Amino acid sequence: MALLAQQLSRWFNSVKLSSFIKATQVTKHSAGLGKNASAQALLSSDTCFLQWGIKTDRALFSWSSFQSANTTRRKSSTNSTLLPSVSEQPEKIPRLESELPLEELDDLPPLSPLQPVSEEEAIQIAAYSPLPLSSSTLADYVDHSETLQKLVQLGVDLSKIEKHPDVANLLLRLNFEKDIKQILLFLKDLGLEDNQLGPFLTKNYAIFSEDLENLKTRVAYLQSKNFSKTDIACMVKNAPFLLSFSVERLDNRLGFFQKELELSVKKTRDLVVRLPRLLTGSLEPVKENMKVYRLELGFKHNEIQHMVTKIPKMLTANKRKLTETFDYVHNVMNIPHHIIVKFPQVFNTRVFKIKERHLFLAYLGKAQYDPAKPNYVSLDKFVSFPDEVFCKEIAKASVNDFEKFLKTL
Amino acid sequence: MGSSGLARLQGLFAVYKPPGLKWLHVRETVELQLLKGLNAQQPSAPEQHVRFLLGPVEGSEEKKLTLTATSVPSLTTHRLVRGPAFRNLKIGVGHRLDVQASGVLVLAVGHGRSLLTDMYDAHLTKDYTVRGLLGKATDNFCEDGQLIEKTTYDHVTRERLDRILAMIQGSHQKALVMYSNLDLKSQEAYERAVQGVIRPMNKSPMLIAGIRCLHFAPPEFLLEVQCMHETQQQLRRLVHEIGLELKTTAVCMQVRRTRDGFFGLDDALLRTQWDLHSIQDAIQTAAPRVARELRKNLSLMSGHQQQLPSAGQPWASRVQAPL
Repeated sequence: MALLAQQLSRWFNSVKLSSFIKATQVTKHSAGLGKNASAQALLSSDTCFLQWGIKTDRALFSWSSFQSANTTRRKSSTNSTLLPSVSEQPEKIPRLESELPLEELDDLPPLSPLQPVSEEEAIQIAAYSPLPLSSSTLADYVDHSETLQKLVQLGVDLSKIEKHPDVANLLLRLNFEKDIKQILLFLKDLGLEDNQLGPFLTKNYAIFSEDLENLKTRVAYLQSKNFSKTDIACMVKNAPFLLSFSVERLDNRLGFFQKELELSVKKTRDLVVRLPRLLTGSLEPVKENMKVYRLELGFKHNEIQHMVTKIPKMLTANKRKLTETFDYVHNVMNIPHHIIVKFPQVFNTRVFKIKERHLFLAYLGKAQYDPAKPNYVSLDKFVSFPDEVFCKEIAKASVNDFEKFLKTL
Repeated sequence: MGSSGLARLQGLFAVYKPPGLKWLHVRETVELQLLKGLNAQQPSAPEQHVRFLLGPVEGSEEKKLTLTATSVPSLTTHRLVRGPAFRNLKIGVGHRLDVQASGVLVLAVGHGRSLLTDMYDAHLTKDYTVRGLLGKATDNFCEDGQLIEKTTYDHVTRERLDRILAMIQGSHQKALVMYSNLDLKSQEAYERAVQGVIRPMNKSPMLIAGIRCLHFAPPEFLLEVQCMHETQQQLRRLVHEIGLELKTTAVCMQVRRTRDGFFGLDDALLRTQWDLHSIQDAIQTAAPRVARELRKNLSLMSGHQQQLPSAGQPWASRVQAPL
């Protein structure tokens, strides 16, 4: 019977392992069960094991429910659990005889139903609830997978990752010690903080399938371009997919920005460090925005250079928003190009905010944006101050007055 | 915690819709802000999982094994595994405003959406300020439409405008009485007129309960309109027709709603105030007033229905006469 107990434990472990690692084997296993059912076999070996598992569950339940009972009650419960198996002995013998010709029996040791199970052996039988064969969420597996538990503790958002079925399957197959730990140590060496690993891995879960040597090669390339360790850590944090791109692609991107904007090597490096998404995003919006600035808005090339160096985000801004902002600032507020060039952060501001503040200042008679005249309002302060400071310093009015004015528009 | 936050959100509140923004975007923005606020609240304690661990019996010299029940926190309900607790929110919109119009827009959250139906059935008046510009006519009655005609307006005076507005108000007053299904010779009509609660009980064209000029500085003028069953385009057309009555033309520059039933400008939340706490406070503040107004309107409607039995009595008495 001890041999049978070991066999049972091994079978349950194999079920658990196959559920985690190989979905195809589990599928084949369930197909096998179906085949037995279609063959109308009276009692297959698997069914026999399942029945034995059910009895084991009953024994465990009885044992745990009577834990606090005295010795006498414990003995009586043991006797009661033994009785059903004894009474079923005659039924099992003919079934086993009928199944002797089956080939499957060759793989299994002969059963010994007559052998009693000792208390210690009964306790060591562990019954796990079965895992679902397929699921649309990782929540069903998180309590059984050490890898998923550790990822949650790191701060990885599994609810976002599970929307990609391929990635969910990948995570279930990974082993934390063998597959994930080295990537985490690599990222720590790179300079990422502990609380930044979670958001990074939530975005770039594909890094687990990257080769570690390739990652090191890309970091070495960035270092050879005189990016400092701090710069590389900052870039990786702000653009999680940076290390997933090949060295050739990174080189082409850096070359594009240097050539297109005619910047020096150092300025190109500063630009990329401040907005590393330029290296991972598409180039089409950048090219289109360059055309918009030059042809539609009428800026010269050196003016564009200056603005982009100051506010790199202008390169990836929405075209319609850019045009709308410029139209209002230039045509309604009558601010010329050379002043806008000095304060390019106006393109980073929402259009309705500019409209509201300009109309308020015009209503108060303080909309004066010419530096050469008195009561000059700086465009920088105009767009960057929060509402309270804007009302107090520039408009010289209370926030309540501003809010009342906003309700007259 | 999340459910209590959601419970305080059931009701009506008002926002101020800026010009150029669709009412659909207002609703989506408010929904996102509310979901962000609800999901940011403190998560509940994690679920406990009972595990049976194999270990030696404590205090016993025998090398015996036993099972021990242990509670282990389960990660199944963790936020990073389950995702955000609130994913969508039912928000209803009251009487709508089109893109160019601005003003008070009533929204309802959750079970408060049923109050919107009560508000609609109450047929309450709404206040607008409408800004007009003399001397121009366009195809869509707006300033940004295709220019059709230009006219002079030197002959227009404040007195002429006031006279035309009074004429408009008078004609709409008659229509108001007609659509309210009241007999002008009855006592009930007199009592309702004294209280100022004459209103139609069914659908009707736009009815103007009051209209007056707030500001007159040619070529601009500013009107205040109290109306019901209106659309903003009908108000723009009204400005156009006022221009024609003045022997000139006029276009509408602004349509702004200053009151919708019992929600005024003071109740309207600005864009910076569309967050969970401000909206919860607005709903709690408005709830008693909403309940009181709707209850009062319900009593008026039930009083109106009592007319039917009294109308039957003369017929019964007339039937008895031949006997």
